Amino acid sequence: MRHLDEYRDGALARVLAHKIAGAAQARPQYRLMEFCGGHTHAISRYGIVDLLPANVNMIHGPGCPVCVLPTGRIDNAIELAAQQPLTLCTYADTLRVPASGRSSLMQAKARGADIRMVYSVADALRLAQEHPARETVFFAIGFETTAPSTAQAIRAAERLQLKNFSVFCNHVLTPPAMAEILGAPRAPGAGAAGIDGVVGPGHVSCIIGSRPYEPVAEQYRRPVVIAGFEPLDLMQTVLMLLRQINQNRYQVENEYTRAVTHAGNVRAQELMAQVFELRDSFEWRGLGEIAHSAYRLRPGYGRFDAERRYGIAYRRAAENKACECGAILRGSKQPGDCRVFGTGCTPEHPLGACMVSSEGACAAHYSYGRFRETATAAAAA
Amino acid sequence: MNTTRLRHGPPLDFKGGCVDLSHGGGGRAMAQLIDELFVHAFDNEWLRQMNDQACFAVPVGRMVMATDSHVVSPLFFPGGDIGSLSVHGTINDVAMAGARPLYLAAGFILEEGFPLAQLERIVESMAAAAQEAGVAVVTGDTKVVERGKGDGVFITTTGVGVVPPGVEISGDRARPGDRVLVSGTMGDHGVAIMSFRENLSFGTTIRSDTAALHGLVAAMLQAAPGIRCLRDPTRGGLATTLNEFARQSGVGFFLMESAIPVRPQVSAACELLGLDPLYVANEGKLVAVCAPQDAERLLAAMRAHPLGRDAADIGEVTADARQFVQMQTAFGGTRMVDWLSGEQLPRIC
Repeated sequence: MRHLDEYRDGALARVLAHKIAGAAQARPQYRLMEFCGGHTHAISRYGIVDLLPANVNMIHGPGCPVCVLPTGRIDNAIELAAQQPLTLCTYADTLRVPASGRSSLMQAKARGADIRMVYSVADALRLAQEHPARETVFFAIGFETTAPSTAQAIRAAERLQLKNFSVFCNHVLTPPAMAEILGAPRAPGAGAAGIDGVVGPGHVSCIIGSRPYEPVAEQYRRPVVIAGFEPLDLMQTVLMLLRQINQNRYQVENEYTRAVTHAGNVRAQELMAQVFELRDSFEWRGLGEIAHSAYRLRPGYGRFDAERRYGIAYRRAAENKACECGAILRGSKQPGDCRVFGTGCTPEHPLGACMVSSEGACAAHYSYGRFRETATAAAAA
Repeated sequence: MNTTRLRHGPPLDFKGGCVDLSHGGGGRAMAQLIDELFVHAFDNEWLRQMNDQACFAVPVGRMVMATDSHVVSPLFFPGGDIGSLSVHGTINDVAMAGARPLYLAAGFILEEGFPLAQLERIVESMAAAAQEAGVAVVTGDTKVVERGKGDGVFITTTGVGVVPPGVEISGDRARPGDRVLVSGTMGDHGVAIMSFRENLSFGTTIRSDTAALHGLVAAMLQAAPGIRCLRDPTRGGLATTLNEFARQSGVGFFLMESAIPVRPQVSAACELLGLDPLYVANEGKLVAVCAPQDAERLLAAMRAHPLGRDAADIGEVTADARQFVQMQTAFGGTRMVDWLSGEQLPRIC
């Protein structure tokens, strides 16, 4: 625990806060996006905003796996589980994501579909082994962090010659989404992206390394600093970003050196390359279609691909009109800007995906930071 | 007093035997289980009377009554078991009104096939806990459900007690400016159970804090009879208790994270299990709210008691119509300590 306390030291935080305040005087405003939901959560949980000057704004990014999954994909999964005699396994948060027609996987489960919550793809694989007469489908979601374990499970299923196991693959990739956000034109009147620097993902980068961000930083001339998940990691990262911005540099720097290397986890990358190939395009909630931004199974593993096996056809579905998740995931709005935040949409009754996972921008803000919202409203009233 | 006992034939096989449906059937087998296990372990004048109820005299004053069902898994864990937990849990609920607990009733739901050896161990643990607390188990009930319809054993206990005159403790009495005190480290029970389940080891074993708190409460009332709120932060932990107080009293709270006692092993386990110690259950701790002028005296009285050695003043009651519990983090920022949302821990009490 002492190891962790070192990264949460209040005295060190004050020293860093002082340095950040000094560095932040060079420009009127700094807009920094933390891409990853784990960082969003940490920023809210430790109250890091209180230690930053008013002109340093943290914009929440799209790095929450359940948040970026579009409604159409959840609809696909519900249809599959409801219409086929099979067991659908997925992570807990996915069950609560709103689908079309006020449905969700949780609702489908209550109506009798065989949907199971698992902690890991290995649990789904075990279920398939234990029940050879029943087909088991793993509804795979997540970034490069969870993709290697899905790939490994598919390799294991091949080795075990399982005939009743398949994966509905929805793994998405970080660098294309980061490029999409940095390249987005400023939406009229919305303040819009206009992001000066990016807090780069920590866990994803353990797998892919820091190298894949280099072309993104170069093309959009924005600095990226890969950060750890402890509060001092984030403070140090903000300082590193401010220094780059002040010096007009746009390099990929690595604050999280205790876990992330330039090349990343090569074995995991090889595993992914063996099993997956890039999709031409994939729809992200809030960001729309992004080319080459997601994985599907290679044809050699086609028998484990639920999309082929059950003929799943993707249909784009409309998102809830009242919900601002899309704009929030693009960084052009903050949770408090949404008119249903905290009223029609709460963690118990989420209307949008950002309110579902604890890594979602709205859920993190609701659970840890909404006192700021009502304080502002009260002051204005 | 009727001391006539039925002749049951050979005694119950506490080594190799197990519960069967006849133990809940109302016949001789049930009578034998009651005689040889429950009456034997809890032995007192009311049980020996063999009535379906206990009849006792009570001191004049206001009575308190509380009930609590216990469904913990695993049944035996470091620092306790479902038996001691079921006695402490209800005694504490009674004690949190400032009452002296007097009597307990116990209801058992047993699953067919449950080993009698384990049942005996649980009942003896209950008896020991009750005796140590000076509270008699005076009546009870046993039901047996078919295999697969229960999880070994569920225990419901109900307790009664009497509140001394002049004591007015309720969750709706917190006032802005009041201080918030806890009696010790937070999260020990929940983490003991979770880390036992997950086979986590942290050099030393984390033990449940399960304990009867009425002795501590009596010492606290002596030091500060005007205590406003008391509650044992069980399911949902400290965070839930303070949010309950906030809603009942129509106030807010402001806590200092650095003042909240948490064992290093518990913090470490919480990191690994993805838990927040403020939301993890305790079974031998209490939260007290008192007027600011009483705080110092109350804290000293708590620290002088063996069950309050690590007591701490962790924050204050604020005027807040939104009824928010907020906290200055050890890191230096401010955050909410909101109602628990989403997933809860599986059965831990």
